[in-house]
Amino acid sequence: MSDILLDIKGLKVEGKSADTWQQIINGVDLTLNRGEVIGLIGESGAGKSTLGLAAMGYAHDGCRISGGSVNFDGIDLLNLSSAQSRGLRGKRIAYVAQSAAASFNPAHRIIDQYTEGPVVHKVKGRTEAKKEAEVLFEKLQLPNPHTIGFRYPHQVSGGQLQRAMTVMAMSCKPDLIIFDEPTTALDVTTQIEVLSAIRNIVDEFNTAAIYITHDLAVVAQMADRIKILLKGDQVEEAPTAEMLDAPQEEYTKSLWAVRSLKSPIKPAPAKGDVPLIQVQGVTAAYGKVPVLHDVSFDIHKGRTVAVVGESGSGKSTAARVIAGLLPPSEGQVLIGGEAFPTHFKQRSKAQLQQVQMIYQMADTALNPKQKISEIIGRPAEYYLDLKGKAARERVRDLLFQIELEPDQFIDRYPSELSGGQKQRIGIARALAAEPSFIICDEVTSALDQLVAEGILRLLQKLQGDLDLTYMFITHDLATVRAIADDVIVMKDGALVEMGSREDIFAPPHPDYTELLLSSVPQMDPNWLTTVLNGRAQER
Amino acid sequence: MIALIQLILSRVALGLLTLLIVSAVIFLSVELLPGDLAQEILGQRATEESVAAMRRDLGLDRPLIERYVSWLGGALRGDFGVSLANGRAIQDLIGERFINTLLLAAYTASIAVPVAISLGLAAALYRNSIFDRMVNVTTLITISFPEFFVGYILILFLSSKLGWFPGISNIRGDVGFFEFLYKTFLPALTLTLVITAHMMRMTRAAIINLLARPYIEMADLKGMPRRRIILKHALPNALAPIINVIALNMAYLITGVVLVEVVFVYPGLGQLLVDSVSKRDVTVVQAACLIFASVYIILNLTADVLSIVTNPRLMHKK
Repeated sequence: MSDILLDIKGLKVEGKSADTWQQIINGVDLTLNRGEVIGLIGESGAGKSTLGLAAMGYAHDGCRISGGSVNFDGIDLLNLSSAQSRGLRGKRIAYVAQSAAASFNPAHRIIDQYTEGPVVHKVKGRTEAKKEAEVLFEKLQLPNPHTIGFRYPHQVSGGQLQRAMTVMAMSCKPDLIIFDEPTTALDVTTQIEVLSAIRNIVDEFNTAAIYITHDLAVVAQMADRIKILLKGDQVEEAPTAEMLDAPQEEYTKSLWAVRSLKSPIKPAPAKGDVPLIQVQGVTAAYGKVPVLHDVSFDIHKGRTVAVVGESGSGKSTAARVIAGLLPPSEGQVLIGGEAFPTHFKQRSKAQLQQVQMIYQMADTALNPKQKISEIIGRPAEYYLDLKGKAARERVRDLLFQIELEPDQFIDRYPSELSGGQKQRIGIARALAAEPSFIICDEVTSALDQLVAEGILRLLQKLQGDLDLTYMFITHDLATVRAIADDVIVMKDGALVEMGSREDIFAPPHPDYTELLLSSVPQMDPNWLTTVLNGRAQER
Repeated sequence: MIALIQLILSRVALGLLTLLIVSAVIFLSVELLPGDLAQEILGQRATEESVAAMRRDLGLDRPLIERYVSWLGGALRGDFGVSLANGRAIQDLIGERFINTLLLAAYTASIAVPVAISLGLAAALYRNSIFDRMVNVTTLITISFPEFFVGYILILFLSSKLGWFPGISNIRGDVGFFEFLYKTFLPALTLTLVITAHMMRMTRAAIINLLARPYIEMADLKGMPRRRIILKHALPNALAPIINVIALNMAYLITGVVLVEVVFVYPGLGQLLVDSVSKRDVTVVQAACLIFASVYIILNLTADVLSIVTNPRLMHKK
């Protein structure tokens, strides 16, 4: 028996856009042995998900496999009838999707979605499958393994659901599982649990896996080999340790280099300086749901303050309170020593001008029907009373500042820009008001690492040139390490800790900060094992 | 569970409030008609004394609010007063006809709902196939013709030419169950043709709308057969819009079938309403309108509650 489980040769996939077929994958090879895990790395649009699905002989709606061969354990997947390939999917090749919340059917209990695979594929009966599910739930340390299956997907948290989906993929004991960014949507503290769950289960059943991600540190923990894709082409492939230590290609090296960005340490603000932003005893709620509990912090002029925490920790809400979008029920916000009205509608034009925002999704934050000149020109016109030629000149200056060629971009629409360019326009729009304070709400989390790094560098440069103050909301601690001067850690609507970057990252830490910091994946392939062993000993 | 009961109770309360408002509108709209009701009944040559006596008999000399309350109170007990045209108690006039209308509606629904949903599911399963297009075109044709036209065509072919079914559905007295089905087959078929298209197209659209969802792709990647994907994975999530369109069509079957009843001389509520309007029998019109409004509100309420009950997010809180 040969050891090769999956053999993909010269695979080409086309996607339909605007009525023409365009190549998404231009002839990629992939070989996978039994029990082996290969990591697929690449930016968005690299074709890694498409390649993963092609390993099941499947293409999304609007895509087609146009060339090459996919051989799975001696079966040519591209020449199967629909019924034959359905017989393999779920039974011998399983799939774990990025968002378990969207990929579990909201209408059925988790256990029923688990058992339907084995029952329909006639691998085992319902009762037996149920018993096995409980064993697996327990193995993946899901709470209440005997009853959790009877819950509906919306009754279970995101991290638990992602583990339940991994369990579901195991239901027929497949030979191969495709993991498509299974932890991308999770907080770091949850991610680590899911990662260890996946690794345990893959080890125990000696399942081969294709692990797709854009996070190098994650793939370093999971994969035996790493393959790097760029725009549908293979860049290089090597065993994990070798790839981490000695990447060969320029592109790979540039991916590795992103992690080296680090801003210089600024001197601490002088005592007695009035902070630019003072949040004092703020308590806020959405309707009846309390979100912030007595939160106080200062932000000094010219500094970058990172606010970190998991989803639901209240970090965006704090920003909304400062911007006047959500009036607090108690407490107040002082800007430049002056108490601002709590609701933005009661703030004067000069007060509004002080605080500007940059949003996470540049896609939805820019009006698709307006040209760049209008998007950036509007705040310039409103706050600075610039009209006609003067406004256009101002837009050109701003485009120049955000490193986009003015003549090329000024008359374009947002749809004609890339993700990184759109985010730059978002920055220019905030700058156009000439604010003193900018709130950056997860501005890089929707971007690929290289692009995100460019945005961070730009923000740093602008801060130096224009003496700006940033409140930088993020859940990504690597970003915090790169650019923050001060750090605020939040959990469940309250402050855990605040201080300068050196203080926060240097031990000793409060328990929660420790958990948060130790959960951030490191490039060391042994990181996950070390952390988990360490945590097991503490228990 | 308590939150769920609260939600349902609040829907019921809203339904009752709507019904109260509608009853007031029905009552007032008759009041606002020009002329004096007693004068209308007795004709132009009646003496002033007889008109005054008539007004007393009808209770028209009492204040508006008082009359409204006593009318509504009577209606709640099933007592709608007497017909102005022939002096008979309205509940006797309406009772049997309302039951006839309900029977015809139930007959039609028992054919149309299963047919429409099966066709809709099959069309979604084999979408863009010849079958899908055929079903779409055929149902579109049947819905495009006015219902009386469909009725006459059916009478022409199935009754006059082939003689399979009676063209007149004038059921009277004690008809047996199968005799009823036989005699009312043509009106039921007519109504089926009229309402199937709407429900079928809505079912198809609701299912197809869901097919791009990640959980449908997941079912596909689990190797589930297409039929199972449609029935087990898409249909339960499409129930709310389907239930609503069924309720809408059920309401039409009870309140909108006047023309079909006239074509087939079927003794239903619709015919009574038409007769009463032409005879200016306002008390009967009022009663019929109130019954129609109640049916509408009850059916919509049922659809609301069913939508809640079939939604696990509402049934099983976190």
